[in-house]
Amino acid sequence: MNKADNAAKRKNPLRTDGQLDYERLIETDEFKHLVKKKKHFFRPYVIAFFAIYLMLPILTGYTSILEARAIGWMTWTWVYAFGMFVMVWVLTQIYVKKAREFDKDVEHLLGKHVRK
Amino acid sequence: MSFWSYSIFFAVIALTLYITYWAAKQTRTASEFYTAGGSLTGWQNGMAIAGDYLSAASFLGIAGAISLNGFDGFYYSVGWLTAYLVVLFLIAEPLRNLGKYTMADMIGSRFGAKKVRGAAALNTITIVLFYMLAQLVGAGALIKLLFGIEYWISVLIVGVMMLVYVLFGGMTATSWVQIIKAILLMAGTIIISFLVLMKFNFNFVGMFDIMRTATPHGESFLHSGVVYKDPIGLISVLLALVLGTAGLPHILMRFFTVKDAKTARSSVVYAVWIIGIFYVMTIFLGFGAAKFVGRDAIIAENSAGNMAAPMLAGVLGGDPLESFVAAVAFATILAVVAGLVLSGASAIAHDIYAEIIKKGKVTEKQQVRAARLAAIGVSAVSILLALGSEKLNVAFLVSLAFCIAASANVPTILFTIYWRKFNTTGAVASMLTGLITALVLVAVSPNVINPVEGAAFFVGEPLFPFVNPAIISIPAGFIAAIVGTYIGAKRHEAAEVAYAEVRFKAETGYRGAEG
Repeated sequence: MNKADNAAKRKNPLRTDGQLDYERLIETDEFKHLVKKKKHFFRPYVIAFFAIYLMLPILTGYTSILEARAIGWMTWTWVYAFGMFVMVWVLTQIYVKKAREFDKDVEHLLGKHVRK
Repeated sequence: MSFWSYSIFFAVIALTLYITYWAAKQTRTASEFYTAGGSLTGWQNGMAIAGDYLSAASFLGIAGAISLNGFDGFYYSVGWLTAYLVVLFLIAEPLRNLGKYTMADMIGSRFGAKKVRGAAALNTITIVLFYMLAQLVGAGALIKLLFGIEYWISVLIVGVMMLVYVLFGGMTATSWVQIIKAILLMAGTIIISFLVLMKFNFNFVGMFDIMRTATPHGESFLHSGVVYKDPIGLISVLLALVLGTAGLPHILMRFFTVKDAKTARSSVVYAVWIIGIFYVMTIFLGFGAAKFVGRDAIIAENSAGNMAAPMLAGVLGGDPLESFVAAVAFATILAVVAGLVLSGASAIAHDIYAEIIKKGKVTEKQQVRAARLAAIGVSAVSILLALGSEKLNVAFLVSLAFCIAASANVPTILFTIYWRKFNTTGAVASMLTGLITALVLVAVSPNVINPVEGAAFFVGEPLFPFVNPAIISIPAGFIAAIVGTYIGAKRHEAAEVAYAEVRFKAETGYRGAEG
């Protein structure tokens, strides 16, 4: 595919047979921007929750630091586990809030490149 | 069996049958049968996800495990809830955007090859059968204990009920049975938790002090390690719990019952809150049973502790509450097995029959007919297996199902959405390697070969030390995906176009011309 073809397609994402040119659509600035934004936002959270989750068996399995009393006889093991529940609920709300922003970007993208 | 038991038990059956009758009138097309026509709202599907997910293993199993083993039982609650972050952040929306009826649809949207869809369908059927066998054997034992009905009759009752829901009411009936079950389960658990807290004088922190001396484990009851003495074994179990959910076909199928990715997202949010609140309350069920029923009494009734929750209800609220909780447990099992029958039937009728054998050239009528026949087949096979498995220790079947889901399905699902180079060879290699590794390792694990006589099928030293093989089989699934992809790389040039389409649709929810 030469550059002239590419330039022609940039003006019109529809192929002659009526099919959308998805290879070109994923190269649009809007799409690349959306994917980059999502990746930047979600990746740290995914890494963080996996790390926090796997720290629990590592700390309880290899050390006894969580066996100390935290509040009364509620040990840090329980506090950590309850913290996981709070983490799940908080991250869920963060995700939803952020996903609404991405919905707007998607609408903009579809409006500009697909639904003309 | 008392008056209370009879009336509550039959009220549950009557209500679910009425729903099936109502649902049957609106179940004509394949889409209505498999996915309720995508008509569910966010909260309805959220409740149904909770109803589908909180199986007898969650309700009876975790309550029993905490009552007998303290914190080690609570790992299940933590793992199974955190699993929803994986589903929400990585899977739910792209899955809804790409699939139609089944998980294999979503993988098939990128890889047209029949063998890819075939492998995905094979995994679905395997997981469904293991999961269902565990539920049916558990149900048989439970109903036998609660109502004094013989095991084989109990299994038949549950088997026939689940078939009736699915056969006549399809996904609409199944979803509403799950929604009602979620409401009943939450109500029952809230009542028991309140009564337990009242007995502890509403002193949450003080409860831990009392539990320190309430069981033979002493202070260890409050720490990790009563059961999981080996850290690697513990990590293996927790990996299966957190990744398995994202590969369970009956949970993934629920995301096709809503109209778009936004609704799929909001249904996960409802599900996370309901499931999370439920899992917090498993502490009260477990602690309450350990303190007010007592370890000896719980073990005397069932050595795995499965009767702890109903027994606790009996101690706290007498016969009416115990009967109510027993009915809740019954509804729980019905809702879960109905979802399983439906996803097994969809893999056979939609993936194998309609897409692979008939190459997508089937009429609506043929699709629905095939789906109903497949539902009968799946039910018949699982009932027969369950009838012969009364003495089987079923706990490991559920963890095996989670392990297969995490090892055989999750790598392929993730790479299909997110990895440009991923190809047919990688997908097939990953799905089969994950499945076979998990099955083989379990077959040589302490679940099957155990030095303690009577603990497993064979007496002897296990060849694989851990009860749950996830720590080996999950990496095996991922590595096979990567190795397979590089081996097959030369033969799959056209895949770039398909990936562009999958990528675009996954991120935007654009569904082609009709969207």
